[in-house]
Amino acid sequence: MDLFEHQAKELFADYGIPVPRGIVAKNVEEVRSAADELTGRVVVKAQVKTGGRGKAGGVKVADDAADAVTKAQAILGMDIKGHTVHKVLVEEASAIAEEYYFSFLLDRANRTFLAICSASGGMDIEEVAHTAPEKVAKVPVSALTGVDRAKAREIAVAGGLPEKALDGAAELIEKLWCCFVDEDATLVEVNPMILSADGQVKALDGKVTLDDNAAFRQTDHEALADKSAEDPLEARAKEKDLNYVKLDGDVGIIGNGAGLVMSTLDVVAYAGEQFPGKPSPANFLDIGGGASAEIMAAGLEIILSDPSVKSIFVNVFGGITACDAVANGIVSAFKLLESRGEAVTHPLVVRLDGNNAQLGRQILADAALPRVELVDTMDDAAKRAAELAAVGA
Amino acid sequence: MAIWLTENSKIIVQGMTGGEGTKHTRRMLASGARVVGGVNARKAGITHEGLPVFGSVKEAMDKTGADVSVVFVPPAFTKDAVMEAIDAEIPLCVVITEGVPVHDSTAFWAHAVAKGNKTRIIGPNCPGIASPGASNAGIIPADITTAGRIGLVSKSGTLTYQLMYELRDFGFSTAVGIGGDPVIGTTHIDALQAFQEDPGTDAIVMIGEIGGDAEERAAAYIEQHVTKPVVAYVAGFTAPEGKTMGHAGAIVSGSAGTAQAKKEALEKVGVRVGKTPSETAQLMREIMQSR
Repeated sequence: MDLFEHQAKELFADYGIPVPRGIVAKNVEEVRSAADELTGRVVVKAQVKTGGRGKAGGVKVADDAADAVTKAQAILGMDIKGHTVHKVLVEEASAIAEEYYFSFLLDRANRTFLAICSASGGMDIEEVAHTAPEKVAKVPVSALTGVDRAKAREIAVAGGLPEKALDGAAELIEKLWCCFVDEDATLVEVNPMILSADGQVKALDGKVTLDDNAAFRQTDHEALADKSAEDPLEARAKEKDLNYVKLDGDVGIIGNGAGLVMSTLDVVAYAGEQFPGKPSPANFLDIGGGASAEIMAAGLEIILSDPSVKSIFVNVFGGITACDAVANGIVSAFKLLESRGEAVTHPLVVRLDGNNAQLGRQILADAALPRVELVDTMDDAAKRAAELAAVGA
Repeated sequence: MAIWLTENSKIIVQGMTGGEGTKHTRRMLASGARVVGGVNARKAGITHEGLPVFGSVKEAMDKTGADVSVVFVPPAFTKDAVMEAIDAEIPLCVVITEGVPVHDSTAFWAHAVAKGNKTRIIGPNCPGIASPGASNAGIIPADITTAGRIGLVSKSGTLTYQLMYELRDFGFSTAVGIGGDPVIGTTHIDALQAFQEDPGTDAIVMIGEIGGDAEERAAAYIEQHVTKPVVAYVAGFTAPEGKTMGHAGAIVSGSAGTAQAKKEALEKVGVRVGKTPSETAQLMREIMQSR
């Protein structure tokens, strides 16, 4: 889960990391009162979970409250790389002497953590990393030994930070490491980390990614989720513990195993290319190992409530899951949905292979469900599902 | 022949007394794997599924000669379980558990390195390793195929089963599911190296998916070190940027890690990449038939 800048900074503040005073505002009235409270010059910053805000015009300095309102009017509602700005952070303007870059992140390739530090921070850090990589220090950090004050100072020195900033930077970096570990983050980024005119090192921006796998021990993280941005179908699926992602197409997909379902999306998209309107997957839905009737019904229900779905493809390889259980799940799901007055009217293409596949196919054949077709191979079934979506079902 | 897991492997199960542990211990035993005991500090001394339960990995190894551990303990306890297996210096530790925090897997990996890599870790979030006809450590169904001369390494469980099924008439030396998490113990490269060195393996199927750059690094390795034929499949061509598709590692951010980039890197070094799992199986079929 990615955090908004204001959430990241609130988290930083909890760890004693200096951040500018700021107030979140969702409309111009809130912007006005925030600017009044902060007094003097303020910065109005779009709160979106993407980079490049500054360049897109999502960050503006305002001289006073009236000016802040004018600036906020331009920013609120703005689209930045597909993200609509629903709120801004109004922050006291900082007197910046120098701008640095700092982050801790997971280095997948080397299976360790990495500190990245540079004296050339700010909006063009990616450009610097590209054209002058020697100015960007990458220091491996062991999960076992971590970062103490001395190590933090060593990283700051490697990044080329000037003597006058070293004490402040080392303190900030050490605290940021505590935040990174204690919050189960996979990324904490401060760009820019500034040296203010009065000699303080502060986090002027914050980007944090939290590990969803750690939710069981980070129970306060749930409150940080942005419910408003969630797709309503994804939200419903989540309540039912279904691994569902909404996509743009019209072929509903149900399968078992993340890799097989991802592969199913690809195969359906390829097959769709040969039909008019180029049907493509409407969703990712992994029902996992235990494909009970309840899970199948819940999955079908979510997919059927997506108005763009024209056909459905159930693609199961019975490994641990037995195909007869999947077939029974489909039959019961049809009955369950019919009893609720939500009878399945979409065509459903089913491909079953592996554990008890024959038995599963027999169960579906015997049930003679309307609009259910059995197809032997994954490629042919994908083609049939795409074809059915193309003819508008 | 096989890699890492043979008919002589003696397996213990960490978390054997739990629901998943019990179910899969039964399945492993039914497949003929030599499961010799379980580990649960709180239930040491009891017998479960006809097998002794020991208080520690060390004790289990001392008493049974076990050289493989399969971990089914819940995510909150996985780090400690794997650390214990590393400390006991068991040669192979297969971590099936899904949902392990990445700080924990990074920590146990660092611990394994600090201890001199005496323990090969497979996973976490993986289906395990199967050498058909010889042994089975994990949850890969044992009856899909029989022993043969194809080696398989994959990030995905069900795609592993799919390819094993499509190529069941040829059979497999070993199939390794390395898992879809951002930090994993055994990589594509480790498996490629082992298959290259294994006299029982003639050709290799490699299955990857979006996220990270493991496939690109595997391609570079193949160019330098692998002379056996390799065919590959990559899942996630149509996955949208920035969304997680079930595997924590399968997330595309920016331009790196896309399926297209991985396919191109592999094709550049002469690996044939199938467009679908079936096409991939067909490519391997042609290789095996021409031998």
